[in-house]
Amino acid sequence: MLLAPALSVSAILFSIGVLGVLLRRNIIVIFMGVEVMLNAVNLTFVALAQQLGPEGQVIVFFVMAVAAAEAAVGLAIIIAIYRHRETVNLQKLNLLRG
Amino acid sequence: MIPATVQLVWLVVLLPFVGFLANGALSFVHPNAKTAVSVIGVGVLAAAFAVAVAVVAGLAGAPGGAPYDVHLWSWMPAGSLEVDLAFQVDQLSAVMLMVVTGVGTLIHVFSVGYMREDRSYPRYFAYLNLFVFFMLVLVLGANFPVLFVGWEGVGLCSYLLIGFWYQDHANANAGKKAFIMNRIGDFGLLMAMFMIFRATGSLSFAEVFEAAPNQFGVNSAEITLITLFLFLGCVGKSAQIPLYTWLPDAMAGPTPVSALIHAATMVTAGVYLVARSSVLFAMAPFTGAVVAGIGALTALFAATIALKQWDIKKVLAYSTVSQLGYMFMGVGAGAYAAGVFHLVTHAFFKALLFLGSGSVIHAMHHAYHATHSHDDAQDMRNMGGLKAYMPWTFGLMWVATLAIAGIPPLSGFFSKDGILAATFGRIPDTPVFMVFWLFGAVAALLTAFYMTRLMLYTFHGANRTGDQEREHLHEVRWIMTGPLVVLGILSAVGGVLNLPHILPGAEWLGHWLEPVTEGAAAYLPEVHLAVPTEWMLLGGATVIALLGIGAAVALLKPAALTRAAEAPAETGVRRILLAKYYVDELYDRFIVHPIVWLSRRVLWRVVDEGVIDGAAVNGAARTGKLIGWLGTRFQTGQVGTYVVLFVVGVLALLHAMTR
Repeated sequence: MLLAPALSVSAILFSIGVLGVLLRRNIIVIFMGVEVMLNAVNLTFVALAQQLGPEGQVIVFFVMAVAAAEAAVGLAIIIAIYRHRETVNLQKLNLLRG
Repeated sequence: MIPATVQLVWLVVLLPFVGFLANGALSFVHPNAKTAVSVIGVGVLAAAFAVAVAVVAGLAGAPGGAPYDVHLWSWMPAGSLEVDLAFQVDQLSAVMLMVVTGVGTLIHVFSVGYMREDRSYPRYFAYLNLFVFFMLVLVLGANFPVLFVGWEGVGLCSYLLIGFWYQDHANANAGKKAFIMNRIGDFGLLMAMFMIFRATGSLSFAEVFEAAPNQFGVNSAEITLITLFLFLGCVGKSAQIPLYTWLPDAMAGPTPVSALIHAATMVTAGVYLVARSSVLFAMAPFTGAVVAGIGALTALFAATIALKQWDIKKVLAYSTVSQLGYMFMGVGAGAYAAGVFHLVTHAFFKALLFLGSGSVIHAMHHAYHATHSHDDAQDMRNMGGLKAYMPWTFGLMWVATLAIAGIPPLSGFFSKDGILAATFGRIPDTPVFMVFWLFGAVAALLTAFYMTRLMLYTFHGANRTGDQEREHLHEVRWIMTGPLVVLGILSAVGGVLNLPHILPGAEWLGHWLEPVTEGAAAYLPEVHLAVPTEWMLLGGATVIALLGIGAAVALLKPAALTRAAEAPAETGVRRILLAKYYVDELYDRFIVHPIVWLSRRVLWRVVDEGVIDGAAVNGAARTGKLIGWLGTRFQTGQVGTYVVLFVVGVLALLHAMTR
């Protein structure tokens, strides 16, 4: 049983994703951070499915499908932003400031 | 079981209201339909009088069941407060009913002639009908709230009619003055109503007066306070010291209005209220003395001012204030029948005097109008010798003058003597009534003097109207002299209603009112004057009246008068009297000015602009803006910040959920 190592890896991956989102300025990298987080969660599901039954594995497939769709939409938005502003630096995208 | 005719009392009240609606509508759609307005305006009053006679006849036929409570509908059922719209027909409201509709009808007829050329003729009759409606509600109401509706309604109509010629600023101001001064009195009436309801749990006359003897201790602080508050209401409405100054100013209205509202009916509402609440007042001897004292003081004070007024209506106005003082002296002394009796006779002779002065002013105005002169048509210095031009008015006004002066056997002699005798009778148990009686006697002397002065200056001597104007002076039309004749007869013989007890057939009105006043009689000392004392008082009153008239004839010289425009300035005491003791100026300086100052500088600039507008309204807006601004500080527009906050939030939630 590799449950403990699997969950540890998952936690490390998730933290890396969060830090990537928090610390980087480039939208693409942030986007990658989000994907890392999703896959960290997938790993958790698979690991726990060993003990709790196959539903976790089913959910992983759903997550992958949604993540693919999300990647497509997200990248499309990034391209649209780049075309409009000629940058992918988040600090320069501050139109929502109050 | 209420007699069928008494049931009709609602019709008496409704008729003038219908007249108000019809004339009010005509004033908008057909302002020139003067014939229709006259027929409606006078017709509803005459019909109301006829129905009122039937109602009173029904009451007189079955007096045993009185008071009859004619219940129309439940008005304010609110928990323990039950107020019905109900009319009470008893001996007292019957007297008032007769006076209001009877004298009211005569004055309406007179108005047809007096106001004939006025542009707002329908509006005038609409107001006058509305006034009678409210006055009837006042005297017929079976509980304090219904009385209060009438009380406020007559105040409203008084305001509307004083300011009837509102294009002149002074008239509008006089109306406002009357309205505002009455508010002070109304505060007292409201307070009294609250206290009565708290103590007895009811506001209907029958229940309150029945509960009062068990509920209140005689001379207790509570009953004294209640009656003092009630009397404050009467002081405002009936123009007693210190709230009398509105009544002379109220002469700005048309003269028939002065006759109806400010002499015969509305201003006597205070006397009616005291007589109606006689049980309460009898249980508070202190208030009784206050009522009699204020009345005596007012009677004397106003009589001195009347000595030196030049405006014919001002003399009569101060005379009214003075005579109202007599009535309060009577009811304060516990002689409710005497007070109501003077109310009735005063309604006759003072209405006659006012309508007579109205005829004079009408004739004078007509003469000055014909020559486009701008002299004062109401100033007695511009009159003189009118007896040659207006013989009917002259004769009838002398009847009223002798009546008010107290010459036997005219009505005023008996009613005034009744009050003075009642006051005199209270001296053994309450010595202060000696002072009141003296005030009353001196005021009677002054009354005879100033009324004779009015007659001498107006009708006797040489005419001072002006050479060109003189040929336009003539007697007014029959529609105006007709009501005067009726009032003249009533003024002359009205005394038979309540002759002194030493004469045969005496005290008819006193016996008639007994069912109303017997509740109070239990608390009042038995007053019984010996027959020689009574004869002495009657003789004394006659001597005083003759002395006053004789002094006026001997001392005054109409021939020495000059016209108002050329008259020299008065000096000394005369000037003080002419200026009405500067009471208006004193009120202005010490009450009106401080209030205006307080309103402008403090209530407006500080409270309204500073506290309400500044702190409350704008302060709330400013606080909201500040909070909003603080909120915007979180909206950096940096996605990084949002994510940090989001992560922090998620961690906090996880922490909270997993512990």
